[in-house]
Amino acid sequence: MQVNDFVEATSTRLNPHIDPGIHIWGWEVPIYLFLGGLVAGLLVLNAYAVLARREEEMPASSRILPLLGVPLLALGLGALFLDLEYKLHVFRFYTTFQASSPMSWGSWILLVVFATSGLVGLSALLKSKWVGVEGLRKLPLVNALERFADRHAILLAKANGVLGVALGIYTGILLSAFAARPLWNSAILGLIFLISGLSTGAALGALLSRDHRERERLVRFDVILIGVEIVLLALWIVGLSTSGEGARNAAEMILSGPYAAAFWTLVVVVGLAAPLLIETMALKGRWRETIVAPALVLIGGLSLRFILVYAGQDIGF
Amino acid sequence: MTGRTERRFGMVVDAVACVGCSACVIACRDENDVPQGCSRRWIFEEVKGRFPNLTAEVWSESCQHCDYPPCVDCCPTGASHIDRPTGTTQVDRDKCTGCKACVAACPYDSRYVHPDGYVDKSTLCIHRLRKGEPTACEAICPTDAITVGDLDDPHAKISRLVRSRHSRQFKTDAGTRPRFFLLERI
Repeated sequence: MQVNDFVEATSTRLNPHIDPGIHIWGWEVPIYLFLGGLVAGLLVLNAYAVLARREEEMPASSRILPLLGVPLLALGLGALFLDLEYKLHVFRFYTTFQASSPMSWGSWILLVVFATSGLVGLSALLKSKWVGVEGLRKLPLVNALERFADRHAILLAKANGVLGVALGIYTGILLSAFAARPLWNSAILGLIFLISGLSTGAALGALLSRDHRERERLVRFDVILIGVEIVLLALWIVGLSTSGEGARNAAEMILSGPYAAAFWTLVVVVGLAAPLLIETMALKGRWRETIVAPALVLIGGLSLRFILVYAGQDIGF
Repeated sequence: MTGRTERRFGMVVDAVACVGCSACVIACRDENDVPQGCSRRWIFEEVKGRFPNLTAEVWSESCQHCDYPPCVDCCPTGASHIDRPTGTTQVDRDKCTGCKACVAACPYDSRYVHPDGYVDKSTLCIHRLRKGEPTACEAICPTDAITVGDLDDPHAKISRLVRSRHSRQFKTDAGTRPRFFLLERI
Protein backbone atom coordinates (compact mmCIF):
# COMPACT_ATOMS: atom_id res chain seq x y z
CA MET A 1 0.00 0.00 0.00
CA GLN A 2 1.30 3.44 -0.88
CA VAL A 3 1.07 6.59 1.13
CA ASN A 4 -1.04 8.29 -1.51
CA ASP A 5 -3.63 5.54 -1.18
CA PHE A 6 -4.68 7.11 2.08
CA VAL A 7 -8.38 7.95 1.87
CA GLU A 8 -9.75 9.40 5.06
CA ALA A 9 -9.56 9.56 8.82
CA THR A 10 -12.51 10.26 11.07
CA SER A 11 -12.81 10.69 14.80
CA THR A 12 -15.82 10.69 17.09
CA ARG A 13 -14.13 13.24 19.30
CA LEU A 14 -15.92 16.60 19.13
CA ASN A 15 -14.50 18.49 22.06
CA PRO A 16 -15.48 22.18 21.99
CA HIS A 17 -12.68 24.47 20.74
CA ILE A 18 -10.50 21.40 20.08
CA ASP A 19 -12.08 19.70 17.08
CA PRO A 20 -11.65 19.89 14.14
CA GLY A 21 -8.81 22.32 14.95
CA ILE A 22 -7.89 23.96 18.23
CA HIS A 23 -9.32 27.45 18.83
CA ILE A 24 -8.44 27.99 22.43
CA TRP A 25 -6.95 31.47 22.27
CA GLY A 26 -9.03 34.35 20.93
CA TRP A 27 -8.37 38.09 20.70
CA GLU A 28 -7.18 38.34 24.30
CA VAL A 29 -3.83 36.66 23.67
CA PRO A 30 -2.66 38.69 20.63
CA ILE A 31 -3.74 41.90 22.37
CA TYR A 32 -1.66 40.89 25.38
CA LEU A 33 1.33 39.93 23.23
CA PHE A 34 1.09 43.26 21.39
CA LEU A 35 0.90 45.34 24.57
CA GLY A 36 3.69 43.29 26.18
CA GLY A 37 5.93 43.94 23.18
CA LEU A 38 4.98 47.61 23.16
CA VAL A 39 5.88 47.98 26.84
CA ALA A 40 9.16 46.14 26.16
CA GLY A 41 9.88 48.78 23.51
CA LEU A 42 9.00 51.65 25.87
CA LEU A 43 11.25 50.24 28.59
CA VAL A 44 14.23 49.82 26.27
CA LEU A 45 13.78 53.31 24.76
CA ASN A 46 13.54 54.87 28.20
CA ALA A 47 16.62 52.95 29.33
CA TYR A 48 18.50 54.15 26.26
CA ALA A 49 17.53 57.78 26.86
CA VAL A 50 18.74 57.61 30.46
CA LEU A 51 21.89 55.56 29.95
CA ALA A 52 23.02 57.49 26.85
CA ARG A 53 22.34 60.74 28.78
CA ARG A 54 19.92 61.92 26.11
CA GLU A 55 17.01 62.73 28.41
CA GLU A 56 16.93 66.37 27.27
CA GLU A 57 17.12 65.42 23.60
CA MET A 58 14.46 62.74 23.98
CA PRO A 59 11.74 64.33 26.13
CA ALA A 60 8.96 61.93 25.15
CA SER A 61 11.08 58.81 25.65
CA SER A 62 12.25 59.92 29.06
CA ARG A 63 9.14 61.64 30.41
CA ILE A 64 6.00 60.50 28.55
CA LEU A 65 6.66 56.87 27.59
CA PRO A 66 7.50 55.79 31.19
CA LEU A 67 4.02 56.96 32.22
CA LEU A 68 2.49 54.44 29.84
CA GLY A 69 4.39 51.34 31.01
CA VAL A 70 2.17 50.34 33.93
CA PRO A 71 -1.22 51.22 32.35
CA LEU A 72 -0.44 49.40 29.07
CA LEU A 73 0.92 46.39 30.94
CA ALA A 74 -2.16 46.35 33.17
CA LEU A 75 -4.37 46.52 30.08
CA GLY A 76 -2.49 43.59 28.54
CA LEU A 77 -2.68 41.54 31.69
CA GLY A 78 -6.37 42.38 31.93
CA ALA A 79 -6.83 40.83 28.49
CA LEU A 80 -4.83 37.80 29.54
CA PHE A 81 -6.92 37.48 32.68
CA LEU A 82 -10.07 37.45 30.55
CA ASP A 83 -8.60 34.50 28.65
CA LEU A 84 -8.21 32.38 31.80
CA GLU A 85 -10.94 29.77 32.10
CA TYR A 86 -10.57 29.52 35.88
CA LYS A 87 -10.11 33.15 36.89
CA LEU A 88 -10.30 32.53 40.65
CA HIS A 89 -7.12 30.46 40.40
CA VAL A 90 -5.04 33.29 38.92
CA PHE A 91 -3.02 33.47 42.17
CA ARG A 92 -1.65 30.02 41.38
CA PHE A 93 0.85 31.66 39.02
CA TYR A 94 2.51 33.18 42.08
CA THR A 95 2.58 30.24 44.47
CA THR A 96 5.18 28.41 42.39
CA PHE A 97 7.95 28.75 39.83
CA GLN A 98 8.08 26.21 37.00
CA ALA A 99 11.46 26.45 35.27
CA SER A 100 10.35 24.59 32.14
CA SER A 101 7.27 26.76 31.58
CA PRO A 102 7.70 30.01 29.58
CA MET A 103 4.41 31.22 31.05
CA SER A 104 5.78 30.84 34.58
CA TRP A 105 8.91 32.81 33.63
CA GLY A 106 6.65 35.44 32.08
CA SER A 107 4.44 35.84 35.12
CA TRP A 108 7.46 36.47 37.35
CA ILE A 109 9.17 38.75 34.80
CA LEU A 110 5.93 40.78 34.60
CA LEU A 111 5.85 41.16 38.37
CA VAL A 112 9.37 42.64 38.38
CA VAL A 113 8.59 44.79 35.32
CA PHE A 114 5.57 46.20 37.14
CA ALA A 115 7.84 47.27 40.02
CA THR A 116 10.68 48.78 37.96
CA SER A 117 8.51 50.46 35.32
CA GLY A 118 6.19 51.62 38.10
CA LEU A 119 9.08 53.36 39.88
CA VAL A 120 10.28 55.05 36.68
CA GLY A 121 6.70 55.96 35.81
CA LEU A 122 6.04 57.45 39.25
CA SER A 123 9.19 59.51 39.05
CA ALA A 124 8.20 60.80 35.60
CA LEU A 125 4.66 61.53 36.82
CA LEU A 126 5.88 63.59 39.77
CA LYS A 127 8.18 65.60 37.51
CA SER A 128 5.26 66.54 35.24
CA LYS A 129 3.45 69.80 35.82
CA TRP A 130 0.05 68.18 36.06
CA VAL A 131 -2.58 69.27 38.52
CA GLY A 132 -2.66 67.24 41.72
CA VAL A 133 0.86 65.94 41.39
CA GLU A 134 2.10 68.13 44.23
CA GLY A 135 -0.53 66.71 46.54
CA LEU A 136 0.54 63.20 45.60
CA ARG A 137 4.12 63.96 46.53
CA LYS A 138 3.04 64.83 50.07
CA LEU A 139 2.18 61.18 50.71
CA PRO A 140 5.14 59.70 52.63
CA LEU A 141 5.19 56.43 50.63
CA VAL A 142 5.10 58.23 47.27
CA ASN A 143 7.82 60.57 48.47
CA ALA A 144 10.04 57.69 49.58
CA LEU A 145 9.49 55.81 46.32
CA GLU A 146 10.35 58.88 44.26
CA ARG A 147 13.55 59.45 46.21
CA PHE A 148 14.45 55.80 45.74
CA ALA A 149 13.74 55.99 42.00
CA ASP A 150 15.79 59.16 41.57
CA ARG A 151 18.72 57.90 43.63
CA HIS A 152 18.88 54.66 41.64
CA ALA A 153 17.90 56.11 38.25
CA ILE A 154 20.87 54.52 36.45
CA LEU A 155 20.35 51.12 38.06
CA LEU A 156 16.63 51.24 37.26
CA ALA A 157 17.38 52.16 33.65
CA LYS A 158 19.76 49.21 33.34
CA ALA A 159 17.18 46.91 34.91
CA ASN A 160 14.45 48.21 32.61
CA GLY A 161 16.68 47.68 29.57
CA VAL A 162 17.37 44.06 30.49
CA LEU A 163 13.77 43.40 31.58
CA GLY A 164 12.43 45.03 28.43
CA VAL A 165 14.50 42.66 26.29
CA ALA A 166 13.43 39.70 28.44
CA LEU A 167 9.76 40.71 28.21
CA GLY A 168 9.96 41.16 24.44
CA ILE A 169 11.60 37.77 23.91
CA TYR A 170 9.21 36.09 26.32
CA THR A 171 6.15 37.18 24.34
CA GLY A 172 7.55 35.18 21.41
CA ILE A 173 8.85 32.20 23.37
CA LEU A 174 5.38 31.85 24.88
CA LEU A 175 4.23 30.66 21.45
CA SER A 176 7.43 29.05 20.19
CA ALA A 177 7.75 26.49 23.00
CA PHE A 178 5.08 24.19 21.53
CA ALA A 179 6.46 21.35 19.42
CA ALA A 180 2.83 20.49 18.61
CA ARG A 181 2.25 23.78 16.72
CA PRO A 182 4.77 23.98 13.87
CA LEU A 183 4.00 27.57 12.83
CA TRP A 184 5.09 28.77 16.28
CA ASN A 185 7.76 26.22 17.01
CA SER A 186 10.78 28.30 16.06
CA ALA A 187 13.11 30.02 18.53
CA ILE A 188 13.49 32.93 16.09
CA LEU A 189 9.94 33.93 17.05
CA GLY A 190 11.40 35.28 20.31
CA LEU A 191 13.61 37.68 18.34
CA ILE A 192 10.86 38.59 15.89
CA PHE A 193 8.54 39.57 18.74
CA LEU A 194 11.34 41.47 20.50
CA ILE A 195 12.31 43.49 17.41
CA SER A 196 8.66 44.07 16.47
CA GLY A 197 7.99 45.19 20.07
CA LEU A 198 10.90 47.63 19.99
CA SER A 199 9.67 48.90 16.63
CA THR A 200 6.15 49.54 17.93
CA GLY A 201 7.67 51.24 20.99
CA ALA A 202 9.70 53.59 18.78
CA ALA A 203 6.60 54.22 16.66
CA LEU A 204 4.54 55.15 19.71
CA GLY A 205 7.35 57.45 20.84
CA ALA A 206 7.38 59.12 17.39
CA LEU A 207 3.60 59.53 17.59
CA LEU A 208 3.70 61.17 21.01
CA SER A 209 6.84 63.27 20.72
CA ARG A 210 6.53 66.97 19.92
CA ASP A 211 10.27 67.38 19.58
CA HIS A 212 11.41 67.26 15.97
CA ARG A 213 14.91 65.96 16.78
CA GLU A 214 13.58 63.18 18.98
CA ARG A 215 11.08 62.15 16.31
CA GLU A 216 13.88 61.99 13.76
CA ARG A 217 15.99 59.86 16.10
CA LEU A 218 13.07 57.49 16.79
CA VAL A 219 12.25 57.21 13.10
CA ARG A 220 15.92 56.39 12.43
CA PHE A 221 15.71 53.62 15.07
CA ASP A 222 12.49 52.39 13.55
CA VAL A 223 13.95 52.15 10.05
CA ILE A 224 16.74 49.91 11.38
CA LEU A 225 14.30 47.84 13.43
CA ILE A 226 11.93 47.35 10.49
CA GLY A 227 14.87 46.26 8.36
CA VAL A 228 15.96 43.73 10.98
CA GLU A 229 12.37 42.52 11.38
CA ILE A 230 12.06 41.91 7.63
CA VAL A 231 15.25 39.83 7.68
CA LEU A 232 14.08 37.86 10.74
CA LEU A 233 10.64 37.19 9.22
CA ALA A 234 12.29 36.00 6.01
CA LEU A 235 14.63 33.70 7.98
CA TRP A 236 11.68 32.34 9.94
CA ILE A 237 9.80 31.52 6.74
CA VAL A 238 12.92 30.00 5.15
CA GLY A 239 13.36 27.90 8.29
CA LEU A 240 9.75 26.67 8.17
CA SER A 241 9.80 25.96 4.45
CA THR A 242 12.98 23.91 4.66
CA SER A 243 12.06 21.88 7.77
CA GLY A 244 9.75 18.87 8.05
CA GLU A 245 6.35 18.41 6.54
CA GLY A 246 4.44 20.03 9.41
CA ALA A 247 6.59 23.16 9.27
CA ARG A 248 6.25 23.38 5.51
CA ASN A 249 2.45 23.12 5.76
CA ALA A 250 2.56 25.82 8.42
CA ALA A 251 4.56 28.14 6.15
CA GLU A 252 1.97 27.60 3.43
CA MET A 253 -0.76 28.81 5.81
CA ILE A 254 0.68 32.33 5.74
CA LEU A 255 2.40 32.33 2.33
CA SER A 256 -0.37 31.03 0.11
CA GLY A 257 -3.04 29.55 2.38
CA PRO A 258 -6.01 31.00 4.28
CA TYR A 259 -3.94 33.59 6.16
CA ALA A 260 -1.85 34.68 3.16
CA ALA A 261 -3.99 37.69 2.22
CA ALA A 262 -3.93 39.08 5.75
CA PHE A 263 -0.23 38.34 6.21
CA TRP A 264 0.94 39.91 2.96
CA THR A 265 -1.24 43.00 3.19
CA LEU A 266 -1.39 43.81 6.90
CA VAL A 267 2.03 42.57 8.03
CA VAL A 268 4.28 42.83 5.00
CA VAL A 269 2.87 45.83 3.10
CA VAL A 270 1.06 47.90 5.74
CA GLY A 271 3.27 47.04 8.72
CA LEU A 272 6.73 46.82 7.16
CA ALA A 273 7.18 47.92 3.52
CA ALA A 274 5.01 51.05 3.61
CA PRO A 275 6.41 52.53 6.85
CA LEU A 276 9.95 51.63 5.78
CA LEU A 277 9.47 53.55 2.53
CA ILE A 278 7.71 56.51 4.15
CA GLU A 279 10.24 56.81 6.99
CA THR A 280 13.23 56.50 4.68
CA MET A 281 11.87 59.21 2.41
CA ALA A 282 11.05 61.39 5.43
CA LEU A 283 14.61 61.03 6.74
CA LYS A 284 15.94 62.09 3.36
CA GLY A 285 13.68 65.12 3.52
CA ARG A 286 11.83 64.17 0.37
CA TRP A 287 8.49 63.47 2.08
CA ARG A 288 6.90 65.26 4.93
CA GLU A 289 7.00 63.41 8.21
CA THR A 290 3.48 62.57 9.44
CA ILE A 291 1.80 60.26 11.88
CA VAL A 292 1.07 57.82 9.05
CA ALA A 293 4.23 55.70 9.23
CA PRO A 294 4.23 55.17 13.04
CA ALA A 295 0.50 54.38 12.94
CA LEU A 296 1.13 51.78 10.23
CA VAL A 297 3.90 50.21 12.31
CA LEU A 298 1.50 49.85 15.24
CA ILE A 299 -1.19 48.32 13.00
CA GLY A 300 1.39 45.94 11.53
CA GLY A 301 2.63 44.84 14.95
CA LEU A 302 -0.90 44.13 16.14
CA SER A 303 -1.78 42.29 12.91
CA LEU A 304 1.36 40.14 13.11
CA ARG A 305 0.33 38.86 16.52
CA PHE A 306 -3.31 38.30 15.57
CA ILE A 307 -2.36 36.38 12.43
CA LEU A 308 0.26 34.29 14.19
CA VAL A 309 -1.94 33.37 17.13
CA TYR A 310 -4.88 32.40 14.92
CA ALA A 311 -2.96 30.69 12.10
CA GLY A 312 -0.75 28.79 14.54
CA GLN A 313 -3.77 27.13 16.10
CA ASP A 314 -5.11 26.11 12.71
CA ILE A 315 -2.15 23.95 11.84
CA GLY A 316 -1.24 20.91 13.93
CA PHE A 317 1.72 18.61 14.02
CA MET B 1 11.64 16.35 32.10
CA THR B 2 10.16 13.25 33.65
CA GLY B 3 12.83 11.48 35.63
CA ARG B 4 12.12 7.97 36.82
CA THR B 5 8.68 7.01 38.00
CA GLU B 6 7.88 3.97 40.09
CA ARG B 7 5.84 2.43 37.30
CA ARG B 8 5.13 3.34 33.69
CA PHE B 9 1.47 2.74 33.00
CA GLY B 10 0.53 2.73 29.34
CA MET B 11 -2.19 1.44 27.05
CA VAL B 12 -2.40 -1.02 24.20
CA VAL B 13 -5.37 -1.11 21.84
CA ASP B 14 -5.77 -4.04 19.48
CA ALA B 15 -7.06 -2.65 16.18
CA VAL B 16 -7.80 -6.18 14.98
CA ALA B 17 -10.11 -6.80 17.94
CA CYS B 18 -11.63 -3.30 18.27
CA VAL B 19 -14.97 -2.96 16.51
CA GLY B 20 -15.53 0.70 17.38
CA CYS B 21 -18.62 -0.01 19.52
CA SER B 22 -17.93 3.03 21.79
CA ALA B 23 -18.61 1.05 24.98
CA CYS B 24 -15.26 2.31 26.34
CA VAL B 25 -16.18 5.92 25.51
CA ILE B 26 -19.45 5.60 27.42
CA ALA B 27 -17.91 3.66 30.31
CA CYS B 28 -15.29 6.40 30.62
CA ARG B 29 -17.96 9.11 30.59
CA ASP B 30 -19.90 7.23 33.27
CA GLU B 31 -16.93 6.42 35.49
CA ASN B 32 -15.34 9.88 35.38
CA ASP B 33 -18.37 12.17 35.08
CA VAL B 34 -17.18 13.48 31.73
CA PRO B 35 -19.56 16.32 30.79
CA GLN B 36 -21.89 15.99 27.83
CA GLY B 37 -20.28 17.21 24.63
CA CYS B 38 -16.77 16.42 25.85
CA SER B 39 -14.72 13.24 25.54
CA ARG B 40 -11.73 11.79 27.30
CA ARG B 41 -11.87 8.80 24.94
CA TRP B 42 -12.99 8.61 21.35
CA ILE B 43 -13.13 6.26 18.38
CA PHE B 44 -10.79 6.84 15.49
CA GLU B 45 -11.34 5.36 12.06
CA GLU B 46 -8.87 5.30 9.22
CA VAL B 47 -9.73 4.13 5.70
CA LYS B 48 -6.89 3.33 3.34
CA GLY B 49 -6.44 1.88 -0.12
CA ARG B 50 -7.78 2.55 -3.57
CA PHE B 51 -11.38 1.78 -4.42
CA PRO B 52 -12.57 -1.00 -4.44
CA ASN B 53 -9.64 -2.38 -2.41
CA LEU B 54 -10.25 -0.45 0.79
CA THR B 55 -9.20 -1.39 4.29
CA ALA B 56 -10.59 0.23 7.40
CA GLU B 57 -9.02 0.30 10.82
CA VAL B 58 -10.95 1.31 13.91
CA TRP B 59 -9.59 1.93 17.35
CA SER B 60 -10.28 3.59 20.68
CA GLU B 61 -7.94 6.42 21.68
CA SER B 62 -7.24 8.83 24.54
CA CYS B 63 -4.41 10.75 26.23
CA GLN B 64 -1.19 8.88 25.46
CA HIS B 65 0.38 9.39 28.92
CA CYS B 66 3.74 10.26 27.38
CA ASP B 67 7.17 9.66 28.89
CA TYR B 68 7.97 13.30 28.09
CA PRO B 69 4.62 15.08 28.32
CA PRO B 70 4.92 18.62 26.87
CA CYS B 71 1.71 19.55 28.69
CA VAL B 72 3.57 19.10 32.00
CA ASP B 73 6.62 21.10 30.86
CA CYS B 74 4.61 24.15 29.81
CA CYS B 75 2.23 24.26 32.79
CA PRO B 76 2.95 27.50 34.71
CA THR B 77 1.42 26.35 37.98
CA GLY B 78 2.39 22.69 38.28
CA ALA B 79 -1.26 21.66 37.83
CA SER B 80 -0.29 19.32 35.01
CA HIS B 81 2.05 16.84 36.60
CA ILE B 82 3.32 13.27 36.46
CA ASP B 83 1.97 10.97 39.14
CA ARG B 84 5.13 9.29 40.44
CA PRO B 85 3.65 5.96 41.57
CA THR B 86 1.96 5.27 38.21
CA GLY B 87 3.93 7.48 35.82
CA THR B 88 0.67 8.79 34.39
CA THR B 89 0.06 12.43 33.42
CA GLN B 90 -2.53 14.09 35.66
CA VAL B 91 -4.17 17.49 36.18
CA ASP B 92 -4.57 18.94 39.66
CA ARG B 93 -7.75 20.93 39.13
CA ASP B 94 -7.15 23.03 42.25
CA LYS B 95 -4.00 24.45 40.66
CA CYS B 96 -5.30 24.81 37.10
CA THR B 97 -5.93 28.39 35.95
CA GLY B 98 -7.35 27.37 32.58
CA CYS B 99 -4.58 29.18 30.68
CA LYS B 100 -4.72 26.40 28.06
CA ALA B 101 -0.97 26.26 27.44
CA CYS B 102 -1.19 22.47 27.90
CA VAL B 103 -3.97 22.25 25.31
CA ALA B 104 -1.70 24.00 22.81
CA ALA B 105 1.23 21.78 23.81
CA CYS B 106 -0.48 18.42 23.26
CA PRO B 107 0.28 17.03 19.78
CA TYR B 108 -2.64 14.61 20.20
CA ASP B 109 -5.20 17.31 21.14
CA SER B 110 -6.20 15.01 24.00
CA ARG B 111 -7.18 17.81 26.35
CA TYR B 112 -10.25 19.99 26.59
CA VAL B 113 -11.56 22.72 28.87
CA HIS B 114 -14.08 21.36 31.36
CA PRO B 115 -17.20 23.55 31.71
CA ASP B 116 -16.10 24.17 35.32
CA GLY B 117 -12.99 25.99 34.04
CA TYR B 118 -10.15 23.56 34.51
CA VAL B 119 -8.45 21.50 31.81
CA ASP B 120 -9.42 17.87 31.72
CA LYS B 121 -8.32 14.67 30.03
CA SER B 122 -7.91 10.93 30.64
CA THR B 123 -6.58 10.07 34.09
CA LEU B 124 -6.13 6.45 32.98
CA CYS B 125 -8.65 5.80 35.78
CA ILE B 126 -5.88 6.39 38.30
CA HIS B 127 -8.39 5.97 41.14
CA ARG B 128 -8.98 2.42 39.94
CA LEU B 129 -5.31 1.69 39.18
CA ARG B 130 -4.47 2.58 42.78
CA LYS B 131 -6.86 -0.12 43.95
CA GLY B 132 -5.40 -2.61 41.48
CA GLU B 133 -8.56 -2.54 39.38
CA PRO B 134 -8.63 -2.31 35.58
CA THR B 135 -9.60 1.00 33.99
CA ALA B 136 -13.27 1.45 33.10
CA CYS B 137 -12.52 1.19 29.38
CA GLU B 138 -10.49 -1.98 29.80
CA ALA B 139 -13.11 -3.56 32.05
CA ILE B 140 -16.03 -2.89 29.69
CA CYS B 141 -14.41 -3.76 26.36
CA PRO B 142 -16.44 -6.64 24.90
CA THR B 143 -13.64 -7.75 22.54
CA ASP B 144 -10.79 -7.42 25.04
CA ALA B 145 -9.13 -4.89 22.75
CA ILE B 146 -7.86 -2.59 25.52
CA THR B 147 -4.97 -3.49 27.83
CA VAL B 148 -3.61 -1.14 30.47
CA GLY B 149 -0.52 -1.98 32.46
CA ASP B 150 3.02 -1.24 33.59
CA LEU B 151 5.33 -1.10 30.57
CA ASP B 152 8.34 -1.47 32.89
CA ASP B 153 7.09 -4.88 34.08
CA PRO B 154 8.32 -7.42 31.51
CA HIS B 155 5.78 -10.00 32.73
CA ALA B 156 2.74 -7.73 32.44
CA LYS B 157 0.25 -8.53 29.69
CA ILE B 158 0.84 -5.11 28.10
CA SER B 159 4.58 -5.73 27.78
CA ARG B 160 4.02 -9.16 26.27
CA LEU B 161 1.61 -7.70 23.72
CA VAL B 162 3.99 -4.91 22.75
CA ARG B 163 6.83 -7.43 22.40
CA SER B 164 4.93 -10.05 20.44
CA ARG B 165 2.80 -8.00 18.04
CA HIS B 166 3.49 -5.36 15.43
CA SER B 167 2.48 -2.05 16.96
CA ARG B 168 2.16 1.51 15.80
CA GLN B 169 2.66 4.70 17.77
CA PHE B 170 1.52 8.18 16.88
CA LYS B 171 3.42 11.40 16.21
CA THR B 172 6.64 10.03 17.67
CA ASP B 173 8.46 12.89 15.90
CA ALA B 174 6.96 15.24 18.47
CA GLY B 175 9.46 13.78 20.93
CA THR B 176 6.85 12.90 23.54
CA ARG B 177 7.54 9.13 23.72
CA PRO B 178 3.85 8.21 23.83
CA ARG B 179 2.78 5.16 25.82
CA PHE B 180 -0.10 4.32 23.52
CA PHE B 181 0.45 1.29 21.27
CA LEU B 182 -1.89 0.26 18.48
CA LEU B 183 -1.63 -3.43 17.60
CA GLU B 184 -2.26 -3.76 13.90
CA ARG B 185 -1.64 -7.34 12.77
CA ILE B 186 -2.07 -10.66 14.52
